[in-house]
Amino acid sequence: MAKSSDSLIGKSVARPQAERAVAGRGYYTDDIAAAGMAHAVFLRSPHAHARIGRVDLEAVRSAPGVIAAFSGADLAKICKPWQTRLALMPGHYSAAQPPMAIDESCWQGEAVAIVVAESRAQAEDSLELAQVEWESLPAVVDPEAALAQDAPLVHGDLQSNLAIDHRIEKGDTAAAFSHAATIVEHRFHFGRQTGVTLEPRSILAAFDRRTELLTVYQSTQVPFQMREVYAEQLGLNPDQVRVIVPDVGGAFGLKLHAYADEIAVVAAAMLVGRPIRFTADRLESFVSDSHAREAIATARMALGKDGMITGVEVDLIGGFGAYSIYPRSSVGEIMQTIQLVGACYEFSAYRGRMRGAYQNKPPSGAYRGVGEPLAMAITEQMIEFAAAAIGMDPLEFRRRHYRKTSREPTTTTAGVVLEDLSLQVCQQKLIEHMDYHELRREQTSLRHQGIYRGIGLSAFIEMSAGPSLYGPQGVRIAGHESCRLRLEGSGRIQAFSSSTDQGQGIATGISQVIAAEFGIPFEAVRITCGDTNLTPYGSGAWASRGMSYGGEAALLAARQLRANVLAIAASLLQVNAADLHIENGIVYDAAGVEQTTVANVAATACYSPHQIPLSTVPPLEVQERFFAKNVPYLSGNGIQAALVEVDIGTGLVSLLKCWVVDDCGRVINPQLVDEQIRGGLVQAIGGALYERCIYSEDGQLLNGTLADYLLPMAGEMPDIDVFHVSTPTFSTQLGAKGVGEAGTIGGLGCIWTAVNDALRPLGARVTHQPFTPEHVLDCIAAASSGKQSETDRSALGG
Amino acid sequence: MRRAERGDLVAIAFHLNRRPIQISVAPRCHLADMLREQLLLTGTHLSCEHGVCGACNVMVNGVVIRACLMLAVQVDGAEVLTIEGLTADGLIADLQRAFVARNALQCGFCTPGMLMTAHELLARQPAPSREEIRIALSGNYCRCTGYHAIVDAIETVASQRRGAAVG
Repeated sequence: MAKSSDSLIGKSVARPQAERAVAGRGYYTDDIAAAGMAHAVFLRSPHAHARIGRVDLEAVRSAPGVIAAFSGADLAKICKPWQTRLALMPGHYSAAQPPMAIDESCWQGEAVAIVVAESRAQAEDSLELAQVEWESLPAVVDPEAALAQDAPLVHGDLQSNLAIDHRIEKGDTAAAFSHAATIVEHRFHFGRQTGVTLEPRSILAAFDRRTELLTVYQSTQVPFQMREVYAEQLGLNPDQVRVIVPDVGGAFGLKLHAYADEIAVVAAAMLVGRPIRFTADRLESFVSDSHAREAIATARMALGKDGMITGVEVDLIGGFGAYSIYPRSSVGEIMQTIQLVGACYEFSAYRGRMRGAYQNKPPSGAYRGVGEPLAMAITEQMIEFAAAAIGMDPLEFRRRHYRKTSREPTTTTAGVVLEDLSLQVCQQKLIEHMDYHELRREQTSLRHQGIYRGIGLSAFIEMSAGPSLYGPQGVRIAGHESCRLRLEGSGRIQAFSSSTDQGQGIATGISQVIAAEFGIPFEAVRITCGDTNLTPYGSGAWASRGMSYGGEAALLAARQLRANVLAIAASLLQVNAADLHIENGIVYDAAGVEQTTVANVAATACYSPHQIPLSTVPPLEVQERFFAKNVPYLSGNGIQAALVEVDIGTGLVSLLKCWVVDDCGRVINPQLVDEQIRGGLVQAIGGALYERCIYSEDGQLLNGTLADYLLPMAGEMPDIDVFHVSTPTFSTQLGAKGVGEAGTIGGLGCIWTAVNDALRPLGARVTHQPFTPEHVLDCIAAASSGKQSETDRSALGG
Repeated sequence: MRRAERGDLVAIAFHLNRRPIQISVAPRCHLADMLREQLLLTGTHLSCEHGVCGACNVMVNGVVIRACLMLAVQVDGAEVLTIEGLTADGLIADLQRAFVARNALQCGFCTPGMLMTAHELLARQPAPSREEIRIALSGNYCRCTGYHAIVDAIETVASQRRGAAVG
């Protein structure tokens, strides 16, 4: 890295993009008004499962302002259905999904008709005139019940509601449990959540019939993925499709999927020939956005006589919703869970089984952390029970089991290849900063006063996937990130990155890397992200890949551009390029004497290249891409702690303080990194304490408003202290690892263990997330009446 | 008096960001839709449209209200200030600087509403504790930051303003 760069790497540069947002000048998809634009709204199924008879839209079509109205059958004429498939998992079958239901609707909220009108209000008014014949069918709601022999089928094309059944076996688990000195067991109910981006899903599609070009403005994390989806479904070549990502008002994995209603908007725009905008309102967001997390796990851990873990077993059932979400599938959540249970620790025998269950609910998909929070919660809670069972401090128990560090990639018991971890160092730092031993003393003394405080802990691993995740499955998603740089005649750099920014600040971080590596002020780099016609091909924003992949691509491009500029400068100065370096936009010789400026070199190379005495003048526009060749994932790690107080009279859990020690390798912008961790942790707290999509037995979402679905608010959230350990990845030059999901991954586990730590003197354990006051009281009551562990929540529905 | 029909428009006059304005709106149109769709002031955001999230907060006659819960016709004769107007006034320039410097926003969707609330809080209470700031912000959802940085930014501005007042 160039010398001048050092001050920029590790500096909390403020985001230039934030200046627009604070002035109300954010530019979100719903803020865009195209000439001739019309508005779309959807008629959605009120039934969890129904056969659809006649769909009569004649009265709708003649309502004031209505331009067109289409049923599922109408759109099927120009838009193919899609089917989620994973080539390496041929047993995973999902029914073919059309953009709108045709003969059968499979969840409450599935779109059945689309109306396009001059105004949104007119479109909404006209929906009252639609006539649809519904025949209600039995609905399947609970994932375990869905797998029962006699369960009704979620979709007419399914042979069974079992979406997938996959096992991982390593070592002799049976022997580990039969010879165990101690066995602990727990059942985990993970509640169904949804990402609740503050900006709802939003899309504006325009098709030019003369040029046959489709332009889509969309609030998405993955413009290139969406370009391919639209092209494939609508019979276009990908190069006819341009996807532009304006400001994105929160994404969190939710905006990673191809949504049926969004594809319907694009199809309608092609049929109508006018730009059409659709923004989901909050009520339809709740029943049409991807859901996540719903799973039931039974886990067991065996310890030998020496108190060391000998075996771990997990049996997991995940709720997929009506379809396996396109194109990535709904498998990720449960797959990452069984792959990462126990990943922080050394033990020899593991058995994991996962089953996916179709249900008459919205398809489940990615939400920040994808399975990792479940894996950590399961593991960390089992660790806590095991430590308690043998009377050992839970941090000491962890310390004895952490994976050994290694400069070479190592493979976990479940078969995941990991890079160098720093769990021991992170734990030591956590102990010091949170004053762990003093907190334990305080906890004990407060218990004598009837105050139930709990200290929760969760080590974690954060995985950033490369091209091996989707490509070999036959899913057309790039696993690499790219960066193109253009040195302009002005001496400034225009950068184009395949990474996309939804406020996490990756555009700023990547600009810092470019400026630092090339040797130019931060202000001299202008970056563009999120436009398939402008940026080089790549993946977007998922799996915490922005800095780890996108940053490395930017570093490689800046390094190449610098070499090209130095070659030209050396030629103009008639010196050796190796004796020159660039700092702050100025070219120096080895003695540190200024020779020329980048702007001078750039101007000559742009406007008078014939004056450069080189047979081939190297280009001032370069492009590089990055994916890790030696490891399937770049892996960060860390540990979190939470201090909670449980009011055993009301069941209310109060969060007093949280601490995080994270190792994301080299930190480029500490403030942006810390805020990723804090925001991620609060999303985990939401899942642990408040959030759950509550369904009735017949598949109706009962709390689908922001007044009823509880999110973390400022008043309940604690201050969060963040600390760092830095172990740069050995797979890149930059050394950065992922951080976007860190807070979420460990957050659930540390709240789960904190609440159960508080309840330990009562012999009670929480089992169902979220830990509502009602659930906490139920668990305390069950413990005092001797009916420990399972508390029946059937009254609350699935 | 004839009952207003769906298509009828009502003429209203009010001050928008310090300037007089006359406009015709549908009686059922809420203030946020009028601001966004008819007046193209897109800094006022819509997220829940039932008064929970605070993304559409604007000031009407000096009080922060939910623009999704007020009908446009109700601002007839009122003083309306949106994020665009507050920005032009320079009244919250220090809050805006602090939000950017402290990274108290990520996606920025909640930010205009959050700034409205912060502005009102500091006008009412120049020296709020962190706890008081958190309670004041509890009608504004932020899904990105976890609130810590927002509390920091507001605390910093409160202290700067007190310093300036004393100095």
